[in-house]
Amino acid sequence: MSTLALQPEVGSLILPLALLAPILAALVIVFLPKEEGKTIKLVAALGTLTSLLLSLYVFFAYDRSLAGMQFNLTIPLIPDIGVNLAFGVDGISIPMLLLTNLIAFTAVYSSWNIDNRVKEFFVLLLILVAGVMGTFIARDLFIFFLFYEIVVIPIYIMVIIWGSTKRVSKEYAGMKLTIYLLIGSAFLLVAMVSIWVNATNQFAAMGQGPTFMFDQLARLQYDETFQIIIFGLLTFGFGSLISMFPFHSWSPDGYAGAPTAVSMIHAGVLKKIGGYGLIRLGLLCFPIGAKFWAPVIAVLALVNVLYAAFIALAQKDLKYVVGYSSVSHMGYVLIAIAALNVTSVTGAVAMMFAHGVMSALFFSMIGFIYEKTHTRNVVELGGLAHQMPRLAVGFLIAGMAGLGLPGTVNFIGEFTIFIGTVKTLPVHAIVGVAGIIITAVYSLRLIANVLFGPRRKEWDHLKDLHGPELVPLVILVFVIIITGVFPNTVLQLIDTGVHSSGLAKVLEVVTQAKIGGLF
Amino acid sequence: MSISVGLGSYLLVGAMLFCLGLYGVFVKRNIIAILMSIELMLNAVNINFVAFSRFAPWADPGTNPLIGQVAAIFVIVVAAAEIAVGLALVIAIYRNRRTTNVDEFNWLKW
Amino acid sequence: MFKEMNDLFQWAWLIPFLPFLSFLLIALVTKRSKRLSSTISILAILTSLGLAIGIGIGVIQSGSQVVENPVLTTVNWLSIAGLQIDFGTLIDPMSAMMLFVVTLVASMVQIYSIGYMHGDPGFSRYYAFQSLFAASMLGMVLATNLLQLFIFWELVGLCSYLLIGFWFFKVSAREAAKKAFITTRVGDFGLLLGILFLYNQFGTLDFYGPGSLSVQMATSFQDFALIGGVSYLTVMAVLVFIGPIGKSGQFPLHVWLPDAMEGPTPVSALIHAATMVVAGVYLVARMFFLFDNASPFALQLVAGMGAFTAIFAATIAIAQDDIKRILAYSTLSQLGYMMFALGVGSLTASMFHLMTHAFFKALMFLGAGSVIHALHEKQNIWDMGGLWKKMPITGTTFFIGVLAISGIPPFAGFFSKDEILAAALHNGHPVIFAVGLFTAFLTAFYMSRLFFVAFMGKEKPENHPHESPWVMTLPLIILAFFSIVGGWVALPEHNFGYFVHYGEFHHEGIDWTIASISILAGVLGIGLAYITYVTRAIKAENVVARFPGVYKLLKNKYYIDEIYLWFIHKVMDGIVAKVLYWFDLYIIDGIVNGLAFLTRGSGRVLRKTTTGQLQTYALVFFFAVVVIYIVFALGEGQLSTLNPAAMLGGVK
Repeated sequence: MSTLALQPEVGSLILPLALLAPILAALVIVFLPKEEGKTIKLVAALGTLTSLLLSLYVFFAYDRSLAGMQFNLTIPLIPDIGVNLAFGVDGISIPMLLLTNLIAFTAVYSSWNIDNRVKEFFVLLLILVAGVMGTFIARDLFIFFLFYEIVVIPIYIMVIIWGSTKRVSKEYAGMKLTIYLLIGSAFLLVAMVSIWVNATNQFAAMGQGPTFMFDQLARLQYDETFQIIIFGLLTFGFGSLISMFPFHSWSPDGYAGAPTAVSMIHAGVLKKIGGYGLIRLGLLCFPIGAKFWAPVIAVLALVNVLYAAFIALAQKDLKYVVGYSSVSHMGYVLIAIAALNVTSVTGAVAMMFAHGVMSALFFSMIGFIYEKTHTRNVVELGGLAHQMPRLAVGFLIAGMAGLGLPGTVNFIGEFTIFIGTVKTLPVHAIVGVAGIIITAVYSLRLIANVLFGPRRKEWDHLKDLHGPELVPLVILVFVIIITGVFPNTVLQLIDTGVHSSGLAKVLEVVTQAKIGGLF
Repeated sequence: MSISVGLGSYLLVGAMLFCLGLYGVFVKRNIIAILMSIELMLNAVNINFVAFSRFAPWADPGTNPLIGQVAAIFVIVVAAAEIAVGLALVIAIYRNRRTTNVDEFNWLKW
Repeated sequence: MFKEMNDLFQWAWLIPFLPFLSFLLIALVTKRSKRLSSTISILAILTSLGLAIGIGIGVIQSGSQVVENPVLTTVNWLSIAGLQIDFGTLIDPMSAMMLFVVTLVASMVQIYSIGYMHGDPGFSRYYAFQSLFAASMLGMVLATNLLQLFIFWELVGLCSYLLIGFWFFKVSAREAAKKAFITTRVGDFGLLLGILFLYNQFGTLDFYGPGSLSVQMATSFQDFALIGGVSYLTVMAVLVFIGPIGKSGQFPLHVWLPDAMEGPTPVSALIHAATMVVAGVYLVARMFFLFDNASPFALQLVAGMGAFTAIFAATIAIAQDDIKRILAYSTLSQLGYMMFALGVGSLTASMFHLMTHAFFKALMFLGAGSVIHALHEKQNIWDMGGLWKKMPITGTTFFIGVLAISGIPPFAGFFSKDEILAAALHNGHPVIFAVGLFTAFLTAFYMSRLFFVAFMGKEKPENHPHESPWVMTLPLIILAFFSIVGGWVALPEHNFGYFVHYGEFHHEGIDWTIASISILAGVLGIGLAYITYVTRAIKAENVVARFPGVYKLLKNKYYIDEIYLWFIHKVMDGIVAKVLYWFDLYIIDGIVNGLAFLTRGSGRVLRKTTTGQLQTYALVFFFAVVVIYIVFALGEGQLSTLNPAAMLGGVK
C-alpha cells in the first residue's frame, strides 16, 4: 500500500549484536543453576563487556567526516502502520550508547558482592541494560517507545527486592519510580499516536504510507497548534523522566531505595532518555513547539539547578545528596535545550554523557561504602580515607567531577552549555552559573565529612576496594579524565551528530523566526 | 367481537412471563427460586420464538422452515443443561456454606 | 637569533609537562617508595627550572622583539560549532619571569620538604600533589587564552585544596581546605561569567595574536553601555576581577587564606605565599588591556580593593600570635599592594613586587617551618624566644626576609615597594599612596614584632631547638640570596620595566624623595617594634589595656569569619535549605502523595458499588439495557458523535 515501504537494509549487524549480547547472557544465566553465583556474574560481565567492546568499536569506527546515521539496520516489522525495526547511530546517540555500556559493565562489577537471588538479579539487570540500549539505537519512534517500556518493569522488581529502606520504604520508592515513569510514558504514548495520525495524513497527501522513522517524521511540517500541544506532552513525559521540577521527586527517593546497580543505570543513563528524547524527537520535529515552551522550560530548569542544590545541602543520606545533585545537574541539560542553539545542545549531550559517568561512579562508590559499613548516613561516616584510600580517590574524583572541575568531562559539558546559553538566555545563564557555588558547597561537605577527619575505630576492619571491585573505579575515572583532557574525542562527535541530523539548521531557523511569523 | 389469538397475544403472554421471571430474579432470596425464575424467563423467550415462527409473513406458508421452533428446542436443551450445572453449584455451595440465601453469596466482591 | 629562540620557546610546554609526568609516575607507579617519589618529583621540577632559566635567557637576548610580540604556540583543544578553544604556550617577559619564580620557589620548597615531611606516612602523596601543583601553576602561567588559564586556575585550586587538607585527620585542616575551595569558587563564579560574556562578544578568548581580545579591543571594538550606563567592558572587567578577589584573597573573600595555614608549612610557602595566591594578580596583569580599555572605574575598583586589603590585613596581622597566621595576613596585605599597583596603572611595579615578594615570603614561610619543625609543632610566637642563637641560619635568613619586606635598601622589597608607591603618587592617587605608606609602616612593625619576639629575647627552657638539616637550610640560603639581589634587576635604568610593562615604556630611575619617605616608614616600624618588644620602653599590655575594643576587633579579624559562618549556617543551611527541603517533602511530594491518596480513596469509595450481590448486578444490567434501548430508539445514530477515532482526527 505504500511507496515508502522500506526494503530490508542490513548495513551492519554490530548494533543488533550489541543489543543481543546482554539478552543472550540473560538467557544463559536462566539456564544456570542458581548456586553458581560466580559463573552467573562472569556471564553477566561477559555479556556487558561484549556490548561495551562493540560500542567502543562503533565509537572509533564511526566515520565522522561522513556523519549521519551509520551502522544501519532496517527490517520492516509491521508495514501496515509503518513500524520498522530500525537501528542506527549518529553523533548524538553514540555517546549515549557508549555511556550505557560503560555503566552496564561497571554496574555488574559494582554488584559483584550481591548474594541474594543472584540469578534473578543479573537476568533483570541484563534485560534492563538491553532495554536502555535499545532506546538509544532505535531510529524508529515505535521501537524507541517499546524499549523504553521494557525498561520499566525490571527496575520496579529490582527496587522492591534488592532495594533498601531508609527514609522511605523500598516498596514506596519502587512504586513511585515506576508510576512516574509510567505516567510519563502515558503522555508520550498520546503524543506518539497523535504524531502518527498527523504524519500519516501528511504522508498520504504525498502518496506515501505511514512510518514511525525519526528522520521521516522530521521532514514534515506540522502546524503551530499541533506542535505546541505535542511538545507540551513531550515536555511533560520526557520532563518527568529527566526529573524536571516539579516532576523530580521520584528521583532522590528512587535512587535511595534502589540497589547500587539500578541507581547507577537509572541516574547514569535512563534519566538521559528524557533529554535524548527531547532533542531527538522534540527539537528536531517540533521546533515551533519547542520555541513556545522554551521560556517555561528555562525557568523550571533554573529552579532545578538551584532548588535541588539547596536541598542537597540539607541531606544526611549519601544517596539523597547525589540524588538531589543529579536533579540539579539535569537542570543544566534542560536549560541547554531551552536555549535552542547548536552549541548549547551539543553541550547538553556532552553534559548527559558527563553526568552519566560521574553519577555512576558516585553511586558505585556509595554502594561500596554502604556494603561495607552498612550505613549511608553522613554523620555516622567519616575519615574513610584512612581505611579505604582507593575508594576515597574514586569518591573524591566523583565529587570533583560533580562540581565541574576542569580536567573532568563535566566541566566541558557545563562550559559548553553556558557558552550556548549565554547567547540566547543571558540572564538565565548568570543564575545558572551561580549554581556552581552551591554545588561546590554540598559536594565538598560530602567529601569532607565522609572521607576526611579523624580515624574512626569502628571502620578499622574495613577492607579497601580490591579485585573486581576496582573495575568501576578504574574505568569510570579513566573515562572522566581522558574525555575531560581531550574533549574533542566526544564533543566533535556530538557536533557532527547535531549537524548531520539537521538539528543545527532547524535551530538556526527557529531562533530567527518569531512564533507564528515564519510558518 | 371476535377474539382472534394473534401474534400480539403471544407476545403479551411472553412479556408477562418474562417480567414475572425478572421480578423473581430480582427479589427472591433463595437461589433455587432464582433458578426457577430464570427458567420462566427462558420459557418466555421460547414462546416468542414459536410465536414469531408461526406468524411471520413467509412468502409461502408451506415453506415455513420452523426456525423458531428449532431455536426453542435448543433453548430447552440448554436450559436443562444450565439447570443441571446450576443446581450442582447450589448443592456445592450449600455443602460449604449451609445456606441458599443469595444475600450471603457476596464473597465475589473486591 | 630570534629564530633559534623561537624554536626554544616552542618547547615551553615541557615545563608544565614534566611535573605532570612526575605526578602520574608517583601516583601510578612509585607510590610505595618514598625516596623514589621525592627524587622523581624534584628531578622534574629542577629540569623545569633549567628550562625556565633557558627561556628567561632567551627572552632577555631576544630583547624588544619578544616584548612587543609574545611567542605563541598553540594546538586545537576543543572545536565545535560556536566554540573554538586552543591550548598552547605564550612566552613573553611576564610569563618568563613567572616561570622562573614558580619553578625556583617550587624546587626550593620540594627540596626543603625532604627534611620537613620526613617520616610522614603520606610522603609520596605529598610529592604527587606538589608535582601536580607545579604542573598546573606552570600551565596557568603559560596560558594563551582565558579558558586555558581558567582551567589551570581551577586545578591549582584543587591542589591547594588537597594540600591544605593534606593532614586530613585534622578536623581543622579538613574544614580549612573546604573553606578555601568554596571561597575561591565564589570568585570563580564572576570570572566564569566574564569568560562567557567575553566569548559571546568577541568569539575568542586569546590574549594576544591576530583577532585576539587585546587586538579587537584596541582596534575594531566599539564599547557600548550595558547596564545603567556602565559600559560593557567595565562590567566585564569587574566580573573578571571577581576571580582574583577570591584567588588572591582580596577583601571580602580573604577569609580562606589564613585558615589555609593548616596545611604543611612548605605548602603555605609555595602555594599560599609565593605562587598560587598571586595568580589573581597575574590574571589582572594578563588582562590589563581589558581594564585599560574599560572606563577608569574598573582600575579604580582594583586600586581601592587592593589598598583596602593591604591596610585591612596589616592591621589584623598586628594582633595575631600564630607565626604562620601573621605571615598569612602579611601575604594578604602584600597581595593588596600588588593589586593596587595594578590599579594605579603600573603593571611593572606590580609584577616586580610579585617577584620579590615570592622570594622573601617563601623564605620567611620556610624559616617559620624550620622553627615549627624544631619546636615540635609550636606555632605561637610567645612560646618561642631566643631562637637566633640556637638556629643561626634560620634566624639570619629570616631577618633578611624581614628587612626585605620592610623595604630597607638594598634588599629586594625596597625596590619594588618604592616602585609601587612612586607609581601611586605619580599617577595621581595620593590617598592610595598614603594608605600604602602607612601599610609599609605597619608591615615593618608587625614583621619585626614577630622577629623580635620569636628570635630574640629570652630562651624558653622547655624548648630544645636545634638547627634544621641542610636540605632545609640550603633552600633558605638560596632564597635569602634572591631576597637580597632580587631587587637589583631594577638597576640601573629599570631593566625589569623594559621587559615587563604595559603600553609605552618610560625610563624611570628611583625617585629618592619617595624612597626616603618609605625607608623612613620602614625604619620607624622596626624601631617601634624594637622599643616595644625588645627594650620594652612601651608596654604592649598597656596599649592593649587602653584600647580593649580595638584589640578585640583586630584579634578577632573584624569578625568577618563569624559573619560568614552565621550566614552559611543560619541563613543558607538553616533557613533556605531547610525551608526548601520542607517544601519538597511536604508540598511537592505532598501533592504527589496526595494524588496517590486521592486515587486510592476514590478506589475505596467506588468499590462499594461492587456489592457481590448477584441481584444488584442483574438489576443494574437490566436498567442499563433499558436506557441504551431508549437512547437508540429516540435518537438514531447520535452515539456516533462519541466515536473516539473521529475525535482524534479533529486534532490537527
